[in-house]
Amino acid sequence: MKLLYFSWLREKIGIAEEDALPPESVTTVATTLEWLKSRGGGYEDALKDLALVRVAVNQNHAKLDDPVSPDDEVALFPPVTGG
Amino acid sequence: MIRVQENDFDIGAELKSLVKENHKVGGLCSFAGLVRDMAGDDKIGAMTLEHYPAMTEKALAEIDAEANRRWPLEASLIIHRFGRLEPGDQIVLVATAAAHRQDAFEACQFLIDWLKTQAPFWKLEETQEGSHWVAARDSDDQAAQRWKK
Repeated sequence: MKLLYFSWLREKIGIAEEDALPPESVTTVATTLEWLKSRGGGYEDALKDLALVRVAVNQNHAKLDDPVSPDDEVALFPPVTGG
Repeated sequence: MIRVQENDFDIGAELKSLVKENHKVGGLCSFAGLVRDMAGDDKIGAMTLEHYPAMTEKALAEIDAEANRRWPLEASLIIHRFGRLEPGDQIVLVATAAAHRQDAFEACQFLIDWLKTQAPFWKLEETQEGSHWVAARDSDDQAAQRWKK
């Protein structure tokens, strides 16, 4: 899975992107977030309040129960503030 | 048409080229967003816009297509900048051209309202006290909400 982090999530996690093989329990956006949070450190800190976290799967906005597969590009970021 | 770029843009030239040779256009509406020098009580020295390039193009193209589905537009344009910008700099331009003004006005407002809650950009403001990421505003969500179908 290709993981991308933006804005303060990138700063807290400490990297902008990584490739990682998720455990089999990861099948949705929600379980992806649980897995990443369980890695501790910057991940746990960045994901402690999920109300502030938005997710895109393959460059589309995604909801917590949307499916995720190991081949997907999953991006984590705060609510957008463009314009 | 959409464009994501670091460079500045010339509003007059962009609007002129949008409706060039198209004499069905009776109304041309545009909105430009600029960097302010204050955010609440904080003085802003500069701001850096981060984005998610692959998704930005896709999200803006979808927003543009949606506006064209909802209103009979002759032309539409979204230009959004990224990188470091200073007060007074132009951030975004949206423009819509239609036979009649009502469609152009509504579609233009839709584009900027929708873009603010959908396009993956994040603003980092530099103040005298240091840098901080701008939080999303409820008022922007509400503005986008009224276009929900």
